[in-house]
Amino acid sequence: MKSLAELQALKQKAIENVNLRKEREDGTRVVVGMATCGIAAGARPVMTAFLEEINKRNLSNVVVEQTGCIGLCRLEPIVEIYAPGQDKVTYIKMTPEKVAKIVSDHIVNGQVVSEYTIGSAGM
Amino acid sequence: MQEISLNILDIVQNSVRAGASRIDVELFEDTDSDELFFSVKDNGCGMDEEMVARVMDPFVTTRTTRKVGMGISLLRSAAQATGGDVELTSEVGKGTFIKATFSYGHIDRQPLGDMAGTMMTLISMNEAIDFYYKHTFNRQVFEFNTKEMKEILGEVPLGDPTVAAWLKDFIDEGIANIYGNINGGAE
Repeated sequence: MKSLAELQALKQKAIENVNLRKEREDGTRVVVGMATCGIAAGARPVMTAFLEEINKRNLSNVVVEQTGCIGLCRLEPIVEIYAPGQDKVTYIKMTPEKVAKIVSDHIVNGQVVSEYTIGSAGM
Repeated sequence: MQEISLNILDIVQNSVRAGASRIDVELFEDTDSDELFFSVKDNGCGMDEEMVARVMDPFVTTRTTRKVGMGISLLRSAAQATGGDVELTSEVGKGTFIKATFSYGHIDRQPLGDMAGTMMTLISMNEAIDFYYKHTFNRQVFEFNTKEMKEILGEVPLGDPTVAAWLKDFIDEGIANIYGNINGGAE
């Protein structure tokens, strides 16, 4: 059974990454749209998948944030990625299945996954 | 919305935008009385009487970029489809209380869905807010508050991916426990 006592141990494990995140200014931001439109379209499992994938890969330079509706409700769930030295990339109609590829190709290796972006939708 | 837990996520976002520093989420299920309700109480900016009266209308929002809001009216139709309803009280400067009731066994009641996913998302995305969660199933209670967790974690944020993963498991397990099913989810 999980208990709050486990958090103490977890703290020791997490603190290194927290300190690394503070030191590094070159982090990547993953921003998930979490307004009514995003939630109804499936943003929650997408957000959860990003957190899980980042945890699995122990990436210390990535933060996940939420935002409201950006006015493209029909393309939700929408995820924007701000990587250092790159323009913002907007991924549309996201699913948890697309997350692993985006994390490995884009966030880790810097290669935008073009077929998932808003540009590929001909917009 | 396909799940009640998604409605809850959406409704709590209103409290977040209202600038709340504390949000209480309560979920009550009782199969004997055929009752399921959830309530969200916040200490955010609140609404005046006129806004409370208008907020059930699908064409109302606080957004300034557009005039259509959907959240509360979606919730109300989901509740009413089961013979339940939504009740809302609010006071400017004090906060808002919203409660949605459903008939537990009604065929049109949405499944509760992934409550752990909803709470984990809310908690990890809103570090500054203290969340209190209480979930009752047939008189078995699971509850926690994030203030206690923050005290243990110190400078490590609840949104840290390692902590978020633990949080999801912690809530999943707590809920499975009150359902009397250690190995998995509810529905």
